[in-house]
Amino acid sequence: MKFGVVVFPGSNCDHDAFYAIGNVLQKPVEFIWHQSQDLANCDAIILPGGFSYGDYLRTGAIARFSPVMKSVEKFAKSGGLVLGVCNGFQTLLESGLLPGAMMRNSGLRFICRHVYVRVEQTDTPFTNAAQKGQILKMPIAHSDGNYTCDDATYAELEKNRQVIFRYTTPDGSNDEAGNPNGSMHNIAGICNRERNVAGLMPHPERAVEPALGSADGLVILRSMAEALVGAAKATA
Amino acid sequence: MATAITEIKVTPEIAAEHGLSAEEYARVKQILGREPNITELGIFSVMWSEHCSYKSSKVHLKRLPTRGKLVVQGPGENAGVVDIGDGLVAAFKIESHNHPSYVEPFQGATTGVGGILRDIFTMGARPIAVLDSLRFGEITASKNTSEEEAAKNRRIFDSVIRGIGNYGNCFGVPTIGGEVGFEPCYSQNPLVNALALGIARKEEIFLAKAKGIGNPVIYVGAKTGRDGIHGASLLASAEFTEESKQKRPNVQVGDPFMEKLLLEACLEAMQTGAVVAIQDMGAAGLTCSTMEMASRGGTGIEIDLAKVPQRETGMTPYEIMLSESQERMLLVAEKGREHEVLGVFKKWGLDATVVGQVTEGGIARIKNNGRVAAEIPAHPLAEEGPVYNRPLSAPAPRVESEKDWFAFAPDGTNLTQNFVKLLSSPAIASKRWITEQYDTSVRTNTLAGPGASDAAVVRIKDPKTGEVKRALALSTDGNGRWCQLNPRLGAMHAVAEAARNVAASGARPIAATNCLNFGSPEKPEVMWQFSRAIDGLSEACTALGTPITGGNVSFYNETLGKSIYPTPVVGVLGVIEGVSRVLKIAFREEGDVILLLDGAMSAARAQHAAPLQTNESIALAREFSSSEYSKAIAGITAGEPPAIDLAAEKRLIDCLVALAAEGNVQSAHDISDGGLAVTLSESCFASASSVGAQHVAPLLGAIVTIADSLLPAEAAVFSERGARAVVSVTPSKLAAVLNTARQYSVAAHQIGQVIRGDAFRIQYKGNAVIDSSVEALRDTWAHSLEHTLGVR
Repeated sequence: MKFGVVVFPGSNCDHDAFYAIGNVLQKPVEFIWHQSQDLANCDAIILPGGFSYGDYLRTGAIARFSPVMKSVEKFAKSGGLVLGVCNGFQTLLESGLLPGAMMRNSGLRFICRHVYVRVEQTDTPFTNAAQKGQILKMPIAHSDGNYTCDDATYAELEKNRQVIFRYTTPDGSNDEAGNPNGSMHNIAGICNRERNVAGLMPHPERAVEPALGSADGLVILRSMAEALVGAAKATA
Repeated sequence: MATAITEIKVTPEIAAEHGLSAEEYARVKQILGREPNITELGIFSVMWSEHCSYKSSKVHLKRLPTRGKLVVQGPGENAGVVDIGDGLVAAFKIESHNHPSYVEPFQGATTGVGGILRDIFTMGARPIAVLDSLRFGEITASKNTSEEEAAKNRRIFDSVIRGIGNYGNCFGVPTIGGEVGFEPCYSQNPLVNALALGIARKEEIFLAKAKGIGNPVIYVGAKTGRDGIHGASLLASAEFTEESKQKRPNVQVGDPFMEKLLLEACLEAMQTGAVVAIQDMGAAGLTCSTMEMASRGGTGIEIDLAKVPQRETGMTPYEIMLSESQERMLLVAEKGREHEVLGVFKKWGLDATVVGQVTEGGIARIKNNGRVAAEIPAHPLAEEGPVYNRPLSAPAPRVESEKDWFAFAPDGTNLTQNFVKLLSSPAIASKRWITEQYDTSVRTNTLAGPGASDAAVVRIKDPKTGEVKRALALSTDGNGRWCQLNPRLGAMHAVAEAARNVAASGARPIAATNCLNFGSPEKPEVMWQFSRAIDGLSEACTALGTPITGGNVSFYNETLGKSIYPTPVVGVLGVIEGVSRVLKIAFREEGDVILLLDGAMSAARAQHAAPLQTNESIALAREFSSSEYSKAIAGITAGEPPAIDLAAEKRLIDCLVALAAEGNVQSAHDISDGGLAVTLSESCFASASSVGAQHVAPLLGAIVTIADSLLPAEAAVFSERGARAVVSVTPSKLAAVLNTARQYSVAAHQIGQVIRGDAFRIQYKGNAVIDSSVEALRDTWAHSLEHTLGVR
């Protein structure tokens, strides 16, 4: 099992993802340079947060044209696990690997704080180690996390149970009150219909040790690791 | 056209317009042995500007303590460096960007952050934290500030916050601390001081010394444009050329994305082993970087400006040398290995070009297409500039009488309403609206972000292995109001408070950096303030064991002839051995005992046994008139800052560090702005971290009784006298904590208890002088800044 963390120019959560997987989860991990088309035999790819290519034009809009994304698209289409966090999520939306788009936060300001999300679905490789309805505390840090899509797309997301994380309050009682950025239906993260590609705005890699304020994000990384073990057993 | 400018004949008048005095101009001619050409004049004028040469401050800065056994690099390099153990060092420095932040607040603030970050990674250290010390004019209308002025101050404030956030967030460094203050004197001259901290392996620290004759000089990063040219006003005037009529903005424009690439590329290039020296291009751009590298290395340097990547056409040597375009670096590589360095920059998509080489003989030769545009001996230029011992004179003593001072409310007055007002004043209110616009958690090191502890705390991951052994704490402090009333005492308090904050987070203070914001050095009263402040800093830094390792001086902070308050800002760095020892301000459990620690053991002033004498009453009124409470409630700023007892401060610091190491206290929070009442309430507020209307942790309150004394209640509750802190302790650990306090000769008064629920009560002489609900107080405190700004 090996994780790959893509490094775009301007990625700034690449080291954090690397540390969370390598030092905390203690799984093999390596960096993949944006100009490489070789995914180095990785079994799961993380698109990290940051400001890829300066986020000129639109968030994630330039990253999607990078050489590495051609390989990531191929990898995703063949069933490989791809997780986009924050800017990585935005890049997945721009590349069409996930449906929908991001708008500026409703308050038109950058927001960094701990938020709470509810795990809505557990039959994905990103949430299989979590309990359904489990509340996770993780930080957000973004200007553009206001997720939106058209009604038909949302109906599809619902039908296929693709909304996997929703903002909520600490006890899970009031989603609107827990929504920091105005995102549609309090969506914090979604997966594709095939369930092997997911994106979320909160940073699981920043919530991996109690000393950082939360270790709740680990369950997402651990889910991925377990899914990879399961897949390896299935093919063995 | 380009030649038109270089051929301008330099006259004493032009030299004067460049800010060079007649004596300075004579010195220029003496060093050169001839008249300078216009490019050379430009170079001398920026190198000998106050900003670059420290010509008015040098004689005083010498008095600062700069040595210590942990100091690896003191003042004079891009940043100070201290040893933090296990082969690791911390590089840190604070710098001002005041004037640009008034002219263009967003870009001024961004480039302030960008500049200090570059100083850190130029040393080979990866930046891991930024703090900002900010001062603005008042953001609400008052007797000193019109609504129009307040509205302008709000806009500046908002733009500066956005600018700081924009740069740090994109660059990927957490902005995790600092402070902000509001006084009328900063209305047309806000202060934006940014501090950055970085980590490196000790043997991998880089210095800016050109070495090795024949080694190539490489320019990397953004292209050079006409932005930020010092003296552009001279060239922009009509006497010279037609096209220079275009006014260029004097404020540089920051590009954090470019700087992020520059960071990664520089650190990677340094790893090749082919980099000999490196210097960023900040103030005075290419001029400063070439001249200082050669001067420090004792070499010469030769560059050809035609090879410098340029954003605009037709730039003259004068313009190229004086441009302050951002995100640029100059480095010296080992001859024959330049391709390794160039390869790294190419990988990161950055311009990198060999523009010249290190030469023998100490001459800096600037060519333009092979033709010599300037030829100056580097060392005399950089090190033998003018030094002034400017005249000092104490201002006329302030004549104050009882009517100028705060008049205490009679015994028995309920102070709850005043307390609510104090909590909603911008200086005391929660700064969450600011800090949520900053990325505080990137790099996953933040153990105590804004407001969680008295200092910002980041853990240190080994750059190679990621192993964590210890954490660093940082706090910036400075009270301009106190320095205005008494610069020496005010400066001492700045050091003491920063060090106390660091200790209250559990860290041992080890070193300091300072940013000295003052008015015009040409005014004897300002120089007197400066000199007194230096005396105060020296005394306090020596007493508290925190040598100054760097910083900067910002003079000429005045508008229309009126100076700002003298505002020395001090950043203190501390080390925590073991990351589980970090102390935070939040009360943790009901039933915990609240202890007031007082380094002034005898605590004479708090425990008056005999009636107050008249002179004691006057001293008390004068001292209290300088407090935040006096300003917020009575609109009075007068008198004197509290007296300071550095030995008491040291005892308290040592005691807090020991308590943290023993792990026997639940929380710690020092007493500063707003006094004991604010300290206690903040510890309650922090216990109830919440999202929206919902609390995550149980709400905790406090019931406290202050021992009877003859002090008026307001003094007992809101005094800002130093060397004090509040800790909370589980009852079973109380004896151990009291024992430790005794060992350090620190008084520990049991003043109350943490309770479950919403009550917040302070009792004094049989009265509940403050009696309210934590929820109500917190609501005021938490949202006041947003309400003031009219945002949500």
